[in-house]
Amino acid sequence: MSGLPIGRDRVLVLEKRGHFSQSAALLVPVISIICALFGGSLFLLATGYDPVEIYVTMLSGAFGSAYGLSETVVKAIPLMLCGLAVSVAFRMQLWNIGAEGQLYMGAVAASWVALFHGEGSRLGVLALMFLAAAAAGGIWGLIPAIPRALFKVNETITTLMLNYVAILYSNYLVYGPWKDPKGMNFPLSAVFPEHATLPYFGDTRIHLGLVFGLIAAVMLYIILWHTRWGYEIRVIGESPVAARYAGMNIARNILLVMALSGGLAGLAGMAEVSGITQRLQPNLSPGYGYTAIIVAWLGRLNPFAITGVSFLLAGLLVGGYNMQMSGLPAATVSILQGAILFFILGGEILTKYHLRIRDARGIEVAE
Amino acid sequence: MKDPLIVVLLSTAVIAGTPLLFAALGEILSERAGVLNLGVEGMMLVGAVSGYIATVQSGNHWVGVIAALGAGGMMAAIHAFLSVTLRANQVVSGLALTIFGTGLSAFLGKGYIGRPVPDVFKPVEIPVLSRIPYAGKILFEHDSLVYLSFLLVIMIWIIVFKTRWGLNLRAVGENPAAADSMGIPVYLTRYLCVISGGMLAGLGGAYLSLAYAPTWVENMTSGRGWIAVALVIFAVWHPGKAIVGAYIFGGVDSLGFHIQAMGDKALFLKDVSPFFLQMLPYILTIIVLIIVTSETKKRRVGTPASLGLPYDREER
Repeated sequence: MSGLPIGRDRVLVLEKRGHFSQSAALLVPVISIICALFGGSLFLLATGYDPVEIYVTMLSGAFGSAYGLSETVVKAIPLMLCGLAVSVAFRMQLWNIGAEGQLYMGAVAASWVALFHGEGSRLGVLALMFLAAAAAGGIWGLIPAIPRALFKVNETITTLMLNYVAILYSNYLVYGPWKDPKGMNFPLSAVFPEHATLPYFGDTRIHLGLVFGLIAAVMLYIILWHTRWGYEIRVIGESPVAARYAGMNIARNILLVMALSGGLAGLAGMAEVSGITQRLQPNLSPGYGYTAIIVAWLGRLNPFAITGVSFLLAGLLVGGYNMQMSGLPAATVSILQGAILFFILGGEILTKYHLRIRDARGIEVAE
Repeated sequence: MKDPLIVVLLSTAVIAGTPLLFAALGEILSERAGVLNLGVEGMMLVGAVSGYIATVQSGNHWVGVIAALGAGGMMAAIHAFLSVTLRANQVVSGLALTIFGTGLSAFLGKGYIGRPVPDVFKPVEIPVLSRIPYAGKILFEHDSLVYLSFLLVIMIWIIVFKTRWGLNLRAVGENPAAADSMGIPVYLTRYLCVISGGMLAGLGGAYLSLAYAPTWVENMTSGRGWIAVALVIFAVWHPGKAIVGAYIFGGVDSLGFHIQAMGDKALFLKDVSPFFLQMLPYILTIIVLIIVTSETKKRRVGTPASLGLPYDREER
């Protein structure tokens, strides 16, 4: 009998559950976050910080004031779009970790429209920016999808490499040809004309991108559970062999899903330049494309859950900015993010297995 | 006497390729045992910062090397626990390790940015060998870690392909159920390989902060961990081919620097924006990956059969 010995004649064993546990599926993400925060507090204690004070600062920073709350919503927008983007690829076991680069390419394309084709009605310009960003992100997602579909080239590495290329390209533009001549030599593009900026809700910085994200979630839900295409995506993800027997075209689906995934991430880029910075500039994203992986996994790849989770992780980001003011490095947020993902992954085994205590003869003592 | 340009280029290719080589060798061990670890970037970063801090504190670069080995090993142990014991998704676990390591290294290194390394690894000429025309300059006028990497390539090649232990290791990566029934401890083997792989990634990171740069900058690996993962595929999981790949990538990595240093002599290349030159290693990685994958697919060789799949004894 294998298992972890705990005391005399007692072992802890993992047993496969007969079916997937719904309650465990709901509990695991919640417990994971609590465990990660607890683990984080030990780390903070060890490095000489007061965890209670830090967490209170974070919480009140992110959710404690109208301004904090609105900033949390602002940060949730790109996380939502990128989280949805990677989730649809993950569902097909396509590890698109290139949302960061797809976001940048979307931002570049939207900026191109705003800076050089910004004449016309606000609706027209914004629509054009929207389409350009979705197309650029989609193409950036397609580039690694083509070799993946044809030769099974590892998309994890290719999508990640393209992040660096996209960021370098965007930097090339703002340090070079697109640099604002009136910008005191700062690496910034010119400010967009007003009709190339997304409208705000009231006097907050929350912009129309929020609606893009919510619509994208609904759209993705409909695609996944109410269309033939979505059915194929789910079957291919769960069993490529079965999908092939059923005559599904896997290569075509890889291309379509990666284009959709990249397109959504591209929209996040448009939302950032058009809604927040209103110009192209370096360091547009503090790693939204990577945090999106955590958002997608925490939301168990479910579009609505992802929408909710993106607010939580946005709160962590905003709280992180507050934390910096009390002297803690910004990197603490990444540590907490990584820890949350560790605990979710570790906890997932409980959705598939029971934890049981057995005695030496293998008879069950307790669950 | 001034060395010909090609010798200088190849010599810097070796130096720039060495961190990639360490990390790729580590990943080969891990993947040969069936565990995909995409946390190389994070392990390298934590190795780089730990090696740097330990060297600054102790004044001895070998203390730094040991710290980097330990830090990389500990990071990998998290991945081993999640993916081997808890059978978690290896792709996501590796990504988590990278996110975690990026944060942890920046956190730890905060107070050290810009501090000088008191004990940098300096080149040591190997007697006799460094006298060989061209090859001596290219291969045998480096720091001791480069020579250590030569030894490791040979050692890992022997262990993996010429020993009983290596046979067991490969069996665990190909068919863990069969290995288990032959009495090979699958979980133990996987733990050992993942952890030693992490130690090597940590060493690769320390090479950057103690010999290549030598300093600590946040995110200083800038994708090298991922390039190392790609190198493993390029090398078809073979240490001997990894060394070739590492130097090719090292060469491209340092090409941009050389072109800028050459000024007008670089002809048309001097007008290329440095941003585009910096893209080269990433674009090369993609192109090489496409070529190698389509080729190996034709020859039906490569990937350990159980790579990325958790092993559950009860399902045997």
